[in-house]
Amino acid sequence: MTTNIAKPKPAIPDLPVAVLLAGLSIGFFAVVALVTGETAQLSGEGIAGLLQRMVALGLVALGQTFVILVGSIDLSVAALISAVAVLASHVMQGDPAMMLPAVLLCLGFCAVVGFVNGALVAYGGINPLIVTLGTGLIIQGVLAASFGVLQGAVAREFQVIAYGSVLGVPYSLLLLATLSLAAGFVLDRTLFGARIYAVGGNPDGARLAGIRTERVILSAHMVASLFAGAAGLYLAARLQSGTPWIGRDGIYDLESIAVTVIGGTILAGGKGGVAGTLAGVLLFATLDAGFNMLGIDAFLKQVLRGAIVIAAVAVHAVRTKGHVA
Amino acid sequence: MMTVPQTSASLRRPARIAINAGLVIFIALYAAIGFLQPNYLEPGLFMNFLRRAAPLVILACGQLYVILTGGFDLSMGAVATLVVLAASILINGDPDTTWAVIGALYVMGVSIGLVNGFVVAFLKVPSIITTLGTMLLVNGLALAWSGGAARGDLPDNFRNLGRLVWRDVSVIGTLPLAAVVLAGFVALAWFGLNGTVYGKRALAVGDNPRAAELAGTPVAATRILAFVVSAVSAVTAGILLGGFSGVSVNAGEGLELQAIAACVIGGAQLLGGRGSVWSAVFGALSLFALFTLLNLLGLPQALRDSIQGVILIAAVGASMWRTRRRN
Repeated sequence: MTTNIAKPKPAIPDLPVAVLLAGLSIGFFAVVALVTGETAQLSGEGIAGLLQRMVALGLVALGQTFVILVGSIDLSVAALISAVAVLASHVMQGDPAMMLPAVLLCLGFCAVVGFVNGALVAYGGINPLIVTLGTGLIIQGVLAASFGVLQGAVAREFQVIAYGSVLGVPYSLLLLATLSLAAGFVLDRTLFGARIYAVGGNPDGARLAGIRTERVILSAHMVASLFAGAAGLYLAARLQSGTPWIGRDGIYDLESIAVTVIGGTILAGGKGGVAGTLAGVLLFATLDAGFNMLGIDAFLKQVLRGAIVIAAVAVHAVRTKGHVA
Repeated sequence: MMTVPQTSASLRRPARIAINAGLVIFIALYAAIGFLQPNYLEPGLFMNFLRRAAPLVILACGQLYVILTGGFDLSMGAVATLVVLAASILINGDPDTTWAVIGALYVMGVSIGLVNGFVVAFLKVPSIITTLGTMLLVNGLALAWSGGAARGDLPDNFRNLGRLVWRDVSVIGTLPLAAVVLAGFVALAWFGLNGTVYGKRALAVGDNPRAAELAGTPVAATRILAFVVSAVSAVTAGILLGGFSGVSVNAGEGLELQAIAACVIGGAQLLGGRGSVWSAVFGALSLFALFTLLNLLGLPQALRDSIQGVILIAAVGASMWRTRRRN
């Protein structure tokens, strides 16, 4: 068999989905803004505001894309976001000098959580849903038991991440853009990225090809946890102090999975990419903004969101041959 | 090539051991409860324990059907919430309408199950996403309908389903109606999997859908029916919950994950192919015994989550380790 030597390009198949989704989202947003007469939303500032809605979910979803691509999943991100937000505000206590230690401590904690998740999945052979549900419960429980009341706040200077901007572009957007490009680069252009697609697409094949699949899975989990940590830090900066429920109230675990799958990444792994995920996040952001402009009540918004999640995945899943569970 | 008898034998053996695992964990936990609080060993308090565990056990049985076929149902908790809120709004304190409303609730449950099943089987949307969607949708509907707060009232004949306890029953002393409902539901669930061809089909579909299809199993119908059973169990659990914990907008919150955890602790295998009703029943009883035990130990509510997480990983890790050693 020499015909399959041409290297499959994983980024290409998910591009149309990404473009289509992004187009639809922007179209929906523009139409709603024009219909409701809120043309201010279409100005540079309005667009920046819209894109800022993407930051928290976007960061988590980028990490989620890595684990889903490798054929795993991470449900612990919501609890981890809360933990990081609480930890950051607790350590900083408003003192700018503590900014760097707090950030390093948080990211270190995330790396440890990611390592534990990855080790249990890759070396323990335990189903990733169970592992990350379990670690999520553990983190959430300890957090709620020990930080029930608000304690501490992040430094004013730290809030620049959420509120500062350069030339009209918020820093938070630059952060998301930079990390997205980095994630895209790693997945498309590096050996590590190629290994992720290989392990997700066919773990046995990857192992036979000499890839240490366990290490790849473990690394993907650490990446996901670090991205969740970045989202937690951003939320702490935006809200000034963390509460133990930020992550859970935002349903960041399930929503990050939903946007990743909406963006064309397959839950079984090996297919998809960053572009689709970002388009999925953009869809959620425009829906949110659009529903707000239309004045749809919060509960109905949730109903529509549920229906759209199913419909958005169904659009490309319906062509799947064979069975899904 | 592996011969057929070998595969089926190696498939059956872990299942039997897994059942024992759930039962062993439950007995150990309940013994610990009895050690701390000896009157839990009396039939009366045991019956009370069963009564309070009933919704979780019923949910776990329903969830098991979906897990066996290789899927998940995340919408159960939302369905249970909807049932509690809808019942109190529709009945609104009028005992004459109770049975008609219960009928309507089941129709509603079955239709939610059908939607889940059709989307998974024909639109090919993975069940974790489908039921996440219906979870958001059903929760939103329940909140929009009730206006975000509990209203209406549940009459006594509805609440009795979860609350009524017959006293002076011979041998066991007291008998809660919820325990009877529980026994009935478990018996039906057991019959569905062991007394009909459905159980074999569900296992086959969960193990290898393509092979099951080639062998003539109606894969789509098997999946859809699993989601319907799951939704029906959520309605039943919701009715019991409305009976003893009253009407609230978060009556069913988090129950879907507890039900999945229960099945897994009892030895059912995620993504299908292994498990029995007993894994659901003893897994759920273990989980509930754990909650009771932590309560008796006076641990903060929040730490229960943590310990549940540890037990979850440990139970699955232990069964993985046993399977690996055997191979």
